[in-house]
Amino acid sequence: MIVRKAALTPVRYAGSSLRELAWHTQRYFTLLWRSIHGTVTRPFYGKDLAVQLDSIGVGSIGIVILTGLFTGMVLALQSAVEMRQFGATIYIGRLVGASTVRELGPVLTALMVTGRAGSGIAAELGAMRVTEQIDALNTMGVDPVRKLVVPRFVACLIALPLLTIITDLVAIFGGLLIAVVKLDLTFDLYMRSVYSTLAQNGFLLRYIPIDFVSGLSKPLFFGAIIAITSCYYGLSTRGGTEGVGRAATGAVVTSSIFILATDYFLTQLIIGLFIE
Amino acid sequence: MSGTRDLLWDSGHLRLEREEARRLMEEGGAPSPQSSDDPLISLKDLDLRFGDHVVLDGISLDVWSGETVCILGGSGAGKSTILRLILGLIKPNGGQILVRGRDVATASREELLELRKDMGMVFQEAALFDSLTVYDNVAFYLHEHEDLPEEEVARRVDESLRMVDLDPEQVEDLLPAELSGGMKKRVGIARALIHQPSILLYDEPTSGLDPITTRTIDDLVLKLQRELGVTSVVVTHDIRSAFRIGNRVALLFGGEIVFQGTPEEMMESGDGYVREFLH
Ligand SMILES: Nc1ncnc2c1ncn2[C@@H]1O[C@H](COP(=O)(O)OP(=O)(O)O)[C@@H](O)[C@H]1O
Ligand SMILES: [Mg+2]
Repeated sequence: MIVRKAALTPVRYAGSSLRELAWHTQRYFTLLWRSIHGTVTRPFYGKDLAVQLDSIGVGSIGIVILTGLFTGMVLALQSAVEMRQFGATIYIGRLVGASTVRELGPVLTALMVTGRAGSGIAAELGAMRVTEQIDALNTMGVDPVRKLVVPRFVACLIALPLLTIITDLVAIFGGLLIAVVKLDLTFDLYMRSVYSTLAQNGFLLRYIPIDFVSGLSKPLFFGAIIAITSCYYGLSTRGGTEGVGRAATGAVVTSSIFILATDYFLTQLIIGLFIE
Repeated sequence: MSGTRDLLWDSGHLRLEREEARRLMEEGGAPSPQSSDDPLISLKDLDLRFGDHVVLDGISLDVWSGETVCILGGSGAGKSTILRLILGLIKPNGGQILVRGRDVATASREELLELRKDMGMVFQEAALFDSLTVYDNVAFYLHEHEDLPEEEVARRVDESLRMVDLDPEQVEDLLPAELSGGMKKRVGIARALIHQPSILLYDEPTSGLDPITTRTIDDLVLKLQRELGVTSVVVTHDIRSAFRIGNRVALLFGGEIVFQGTPEEMMESGDGYVREFLH
């Protein structure tokens, strides 16, 4: 029995979308809260966590290596063009190091993991939703948030910082390749230049470079965004197989935007807290 | 409105002659339950809407211990919704759902878990966990909730699989994707049986099956009623199944139960809907 919705005027349409937005926002943060709660209370599904760590973390190593390598190489290449004019090619290490550790490492890693694992999470949970496996869990007294969301949430929190470190290191290595092979810099000069950039923004507690703090706190937030957004889309899937496709796409688009927006605000915050 | 009626009539085996109906009832021979005073499940004046779409409009239905009640309705009539309400997966907009006298709609999370321990649900497409083998699917409830030695779990999984006429050795290690439709339903039933619930809810157990497999599943439902004494609510759009396995039948139409009674009463009913549904 299909009851047609009365034709919506623009104003009513805006009103109903706003209400919908508020509703989704509330449910999104509820899911986040329940995931955090499920992380620190029992029962905890350790075996499922291991599976997710393998699929989200280990499974993404390949693509983040490629991402890091080409990013580092292209950064070196691009900056070489500029810096040659000033005879400043020795600063290439600085540029590659600073931009990857602070920004590109965390952001590109998060975007790649979103594309690969986020869509997978949304599609998997979406398929479970439309084939009533989520209902089956509930029926058998198992909380789908604990069983499905928490392991993915924790796996993302662990995997993202580690993957980001890999991206950073590989990108710096990629820059090194170009610097040495194409621009005739020495290994030593390049690496010293990379290091000096990390010292530039100062240290937290004397030893931990601020850049490192910022570069590794961001992936924690990004990991949470990927897991919660993808799970949210997956669990809210409706409308059969087609719905599963929509959930996967929606998860990737929304996570990506959340990641870029959060990156801006986190950068602002870190600059405000530590650097200024 | 006419859309719904078309759907209802369109739902497969509709031309059912009186004579065939009688034969189906005899063939099934659903054992009559021991009557007791209070119904095990009692739906009272249930309302359910999704937005402004009214799905259930004041439904009342009682299910007594040991009987099999079939709820007949076309696709989209709200059959699955009724089962989800009984399980407490969704809340009604009005009315009560009493299971052993306790209201599912207002039960706390803990009470719900307690109530669900006594219920097994057989999902329409079986809803087996596709990453788990048949063995792990059937053992799921025990692995989650009971701290049993694995031999004991294996023994109960075997028992459950045999109860649904599957050979444990042949199927235990298969993944759901490797099973036929009929086997999936059987495994789904075995999974629902593992914790020995006294209530079984079936969501279109015979949909998508060929007539022969349909009969074997019907026979299975009857066998479980006879041998385990379970109380069953079977929602279906298959009137032949309903006549074969139901002690009582309820007809869901336009959000209301327009008929309820025994299959015999249904055949004799002068109610227009029932006539139209039957002929
Ligand atoms: N979560 C939901 N949100 C909105 N509408 C729903 C939802 N679940 C079911 N419906 C609608 O309720 C009606 C009854 O659904 P259902 O109980 O699944 O029917 P069926 O009798 O085929 O099992 C359908 O029209 C369906 O579109
Ligand atoms: Mg249904």
